[in-house]
Amino acid sequence: MSQPAPALRMQGVRKVYPAGDDEVVALDHVNLTLRRDEIVALVGPSGSGKTTLCSIAGALLTPTEGEVEVGGQRITDLSGKGLTAFRRDSVGFVFQTVNLVPFLTARENLLVIDELSGRSGRKARQRADQLLEELGLADKADALPAQLSGGQKQRVAIGRALMNDPELVLFDEPTSALDSKLGDQVVRLIRDEMKARGTAAIIVTHDERITHYADRTVHISDGHLDDAADHAPAVG
Amino acid sequence: MTLALRELRRQPSRFAVATLILTLIAVLLMFLGGLLDGLEAGSTGALRQQPGDAIVFAEGAEGSFVRSRLPAEVRAAVAEVVGEDRVGGLGSVQLGARLDGRGPRDLVPVVLFGYELPLAGLPEGGPGFGEAYADDALRNEGVEVGDVLRLGPARSEVEVVGFVSDTKYAQQASLWASLDTWRSVLAENRPGARLDGGAVQALVVQADGEPAAALAERIDEATGGVTDSYTIAGAIDALPGVSQQRSTFAQIIGVTGVIAVVVVALFFALLTVERTSLYGVLKALGAGTGSIFAGVLLQAVVVTAAASAVGVGAALLMDALVPAGSLPFDATPARLASSVGYLLFAAVVGVAFSLRRVLRVDPASAIGGAQ
Repeated sequence: MSQPAPALRMQGVRKVYPAGDDEVVALDHVNLTLRRDEIVALVGPSGSGKTTLCSIAGALLTPTEGEVEVGGQRITDLSGKGLTAFRRDSVGFVFQTVNLVPFLTARENLLVIDELSGRSGRKARQRADQLLEELGLADKADALPAQLSGGQKQRVAIGRALMNDPELVLFDEPTSALDSKLGDQVVRLIRDEMKARGTAAIIVTHDERITHYADRTVHISDGHLDDAADHAPAVG
Repeated sequence: MTLALRELRRQPSRFAVATLILTLIAVLLMFLGGLLDGLEAGSTGALRQQPGDAIVFAEGAEGSFVRSRLPAEVRAAVAEVVGEDRVGGLGSVQLGARLDGRGPRDLVPVVLFGYELPLAGLPEGGPGFGEAYADDALRNEGVEVGDVLRLGPARSEVEVVGFVSDTKYAQQASLWASLDTWRSVLAENRPGARLDGGAVQALVVQADGEPAAALAERIDEATGGVTDSYTIAGAIDALPGVSQQRSTFAQIIGVTGVIAVVVVALFFALLTVERTSLYGVLKALGAGTGSIFAGVLLQAVVVTAAASAVGVGAALLMDALVPAGSLPFDATPARLASSVGYLLFAAVVGVAFSLRRVLRVDPASAIGGAQ
C-alpha cells in the first residue's frame, strides 16, 4: 500500500522582499514536511518569518525560490486566481482576530465562501449543520457573532475553516484571546477535529498547552527552522 | 450575491444616508425632466400637431409666424410642387381673451390660429366663421363648449365649438379657426398687419413619401428662394427659446448625474475601506475579487433602484396633482425611464472607483494581523 501524499512539502523555500537598495530575507531555505494528519506547533519570536511561512504553506504567497506541494499538488507556480481557487478547495484558516462576518449568523458564516463561489445548496447546508453539531454549536446556528462568546466565535471560525474539507489548516494564535479553561477546550477541540478528519495543521503559537498536544514542535527564528524532538501526543 | 443582499437587509441603516441623498437626486432629476418636457410641450404643441411634414415660412422670418408673410403667388408655386390638396395655410395672432364673468383687466393670453389642414383630432370640415376649437388648457380657465371669447382690444367674438389637446404655442393656449375668421380678427385688432388677397403667414405641406428635408429644399428652389422651408422638427428647433431651453436643462441634468456619481463613489469608497479586513479574510478563504466586487455593485444598483422608485413615484404624483395648463410639467414614460437609466449608469460608474481598492486587498494581510 503506497504512502498517501504528505499534507505539506516545502523544499528549499526562500522568500525575499526588496527593501530600498537592499533586500529582506523573510524565509531562508526552509524545508518542512507534514504527514497527512500531523499537527505541528510553530513557535518563534515576532519577525521570525512565521507569518511568511504560513502564507506560503497556505497558498497565499508564492515563494521566491523553492517548491511547495500541498496534498501532493504543486502550487509554486500558480497564478493569483489559481491560488485563490486552491485555497477555496484545499486550505483552511483560523485567524487570530476571528473575523466573522458581523451580520451573518453562525451557519451563514460557515456557508459564506460557498455562497460567494456560487456553490451553496442543500449539501453545503447539511455539512454546515453537521459541523456546527460536532463543534457543540447546534443551538447557536442562527445566532449573530455579537450574541456569541469568545470561545463560541472561535469554534465558528474553526467550522468555517473545515467547510471545504481541507488538506491543511493554518491556525494563527488560536488561544491568545481566551482564558486558560476555554483555551484548553479549544485546543482539545482542534486536536480532536484534526485527527478525526485526518487533516494536517500548522498552529502558530506561544501557548505551552498546544506544543504539548501537537505531534511536533518546530522553532523558527530569522527565517530559519530548527527542528525540535517529536513529542508523543498527550494522553487524555 | 446573497451576502450583499443580506447586508442590505440586516444593516439598512448603513445605507440610509446614501439612499436618502440618491432619492433626493432622483426626485430632482425626474422633476427637471418633467419640467423640461412640460415647457417644451407648451412651446411646441401647435407645431407638433400639424398634419404635415414640412412648414414653409417667408425667407428671413427665421421660423417666426409674426415675421412671415406668404402672398398667394407663393402658395401657388408651392402647390405646383406638391399638389394643391397637400398644402394648407396657417396664420396666427396673439391676443388677450376676455371671458364671461371676469374683470376687464383679467385677460387670458391666447394665440388664435387660422388653419386649413386639420390637426389630429379635428374634423375635416373645419369650424364655421366665428367659431374655433380651443386647446384643453382653456378648460382650466372654466371655458366650455358654447362659450364666447372676446379677443383683443376690438373684442372680436369667437365661439368655442370643441376642444383639442396638446396644441399650445409659446406657453399660451391656442384657438383653431378658419383662415377667414383669423383674417377678420386680425384686421379688427391689428389694422397695420392686414394680410389681403389670400396671404398667410406659413404653409403646412404634406410630402408624398419623400423625406421631409428633401421636400423642404425642393420647395425653396421652386419659389426662387423667397421661402425658408423647415421640417416640422426643424421648425420646432427654430422656435425662440426651445433649443436654448433644451441645452440649459441638459446641462443641469448632466451636472445632477455627476453629483450622483460622486455620492455613490464616496459612499461605496467608505464602505469598502471599512470592509478591507473582512475582504482580506474572505479572499484568504478563497473568495475571488470578482464575486466580492459583484456584491458591492449589486448593493449600489439596489440602493439606486430604490431611490429611483421614489423619484418616479414623486413625479407621477406631481403629474396627477398638477392641473393641465397651470404648471408646465409632463411626466412621460420615456423621460422617467431614461432618468432611471441615467441614475443606474451613474451608480455603476461611481462604484467602479472602488474596484481598485477591492482588487488591491491582499489576502496575506489577514494572517498575523492583531487588528
